Amino acid sequence: MNSPQISPFIIFFASIITSNMVLTNFLGMCSFISVSNEFKTASGLGKAVTLVMIFTTIINFAVYRFIVVPLELEYLRYVVFIIVIAASVQIIELAMDRFLPELHIKLGIFLPLITVNCAILGISLFMVIRDYNFVQSLLFGAGSGLGWWLAISTLAAIREKTNKSKVPQGLVGPGLTFIIIGLMAMAFMGFSGIFTIQ
Amino acid sequence: MEILKTILSVTGISTVLTVLIIIAERFLNNYGECKIDINDSEKELTVDGGSSLLSSLASNKIFIPSACGGKATCGLCKIKVLSDVGPVLPTEEPFLTPEEIKDGIRLSCQVKIKKDIKVSIPEELFNIKEYHATVSRISDMTHDIKEYRLEFDAGEEIKFKAGQYMQIESKPYGKIKEKAVRAYSISSVPSDTKAVELIIRRVPGGLCTTYMHDHIKEGDRVRITGPYGDFYRRDDSDQYVFMAGGSGMAPIKSIAMDIIEKGIDKEMFFFFGAVGKKDLYHTEFFRNLEKEYPKFKYIPALSNAAPEDNWEGETGLVTDVMKNYIDTGSGKHAYLCGSPGMINACIKVLVSMDFKEESIYYDKF
Repeated sequence: MNSPQISPFIIFFASIITSNMVLTNFLGMCSFISVSNEFKTASGLGKAVTLVMIFTTIINFAVYRFIVVPLELEYLRYVVFIIVIAASVQIIELAMDRFLPELHIKLGIFLPLITVNCAILGISLFMVIRDYNFVQSLLFGAGSGLGWWLAISTLAAIREKTNKSKVPQGLVGPGLTFIIIGLMAMAFMGFSGIFTIQ
Repeated sequence: MEILKTILSVTGISTVLTVLIIIAERFLNNYGECKIDINDSEKELTVDGGSSLLSSLASNKIFIPSACGGKATCGLCKIKVLSDVGPVLPTEEPFLTPEEIKDGIRLSCQVKIKKDIKVSIPEELFNIKEYHATVSRISDMTHDIKEYRLEFDAGEEIKFKAGQYMQIESKPYGKIKEKAVRAYSISSVPSDTKAVELIIRRVPGGLCTTYMHDHIKEGDRVRITGPYGDFYRRDDSDQYVFMAGGSGMAPIKSIAMDIIEKGIDKEMFFFFGAVGKKDLYHTEFFRNLEKEYPKFKYIPALSNAAPEDNWEGETGLVTDVMKNYIDTGSGKHAYLCGSPGMINACIKVLVSMDFKEESIYYDKF
């Protein structure tokens, strides 16, 4: 498949649903499972992830095109991307505190957590592997972020219900969460006939 | 060549990003000079914005109690913020009751100063200072309790209310690499302004008590801050009932001596709970006090006296012993200091004896 032919909008919607980062690529599972106890916090983390994904995609796209490729350092992209993500999260946090204090208060404690979210690194790597252009990368980043947000909010909403209901002792906690995630992944796969990018 | 290029590029990229972060911090975290208005313009501080309220106050020698050093884990650094500094953060929520949130109480380590801010700080906290002291005397009280006398450097004087406590910072020792700050009640009298005495019981595995018991020698230097706490003597009581266990004797000793020194002519009963005779200390001191001041009674009670103790005094739980001496609680104040288990048991008994809940003061540790 030659990527540049895919419409950026297809990429956007596909990365929300059929190629969802967490439900089809299993990236960003750690915080997906550990921070999905409450809808409010889960949704907060989801929003922060979306924001960071969009920013880091833009920055990493530029860094890759204008620094990594000219210097023939492609084999170092993992390291470079991680450093860039860590640094940009720091700067985003400072900037948000300054200009969007209310948002910072809501997302504040989640921002540092995002540095180690593998979904963010995944976006940058997929963008390179699939040879996306800038618009495609941007919408891919935005879509994946929204997809991650949708997935974690849904999971949290379901877990809020299951936490209150009686479940077999052995399933309490991660066990049941894994089953729910599996069912959610299948549900998201159900859309695969509409559009696909993988 | 390839290796060199790799090293240089990664270093280069990291350096550029670090510089960017530093620049961003310089511009984004620079909130200029901000004013902290304390207690309706009673005191005004000018600080550089961008850091926490707790650290800005500390750098101006106003010490808000804090045991965790600004990590939002101890919940001690509560102060009332009068201006709007944004909603309560998720990191603060676990430490604040709904009433406190309504009152504008915040954890000062979590409030970042971005603009002029108005706060209200209780008068007592202004009194809190940092003292540099030398350990001038260490006396063994029991097998696990020692009393320390800390003399302040020349020119330093303390003003405290009997019953309050100080905080000591331990230095790293042995395998312990961290510093720890812990609170200990003052056992000396407020009129002794050039030193404080502390009674410290060894807590097995305790960071600071092990440091004090095993590593501090006479002549060593320590850094202490204080006085803290709202456990101190109030006036207007017909009779004082003191109950303590272990190192809880410290603030009671201070309060009782303070009452005597000030010539307050009220009856005092001091019930001291211990397991065996080996846990009693300062007995002679209190016996002498009894002789000099007939209105002061010292009643130690052993809950599990060994036969070889030859104990002729009171036995049983300190709460049961107290009931034999005090008939009713009306008009009387009770001061309790000890473990939470002991205090809760005492409060229950005292309330059943008509002590008013607001006349029962306690310090749990």
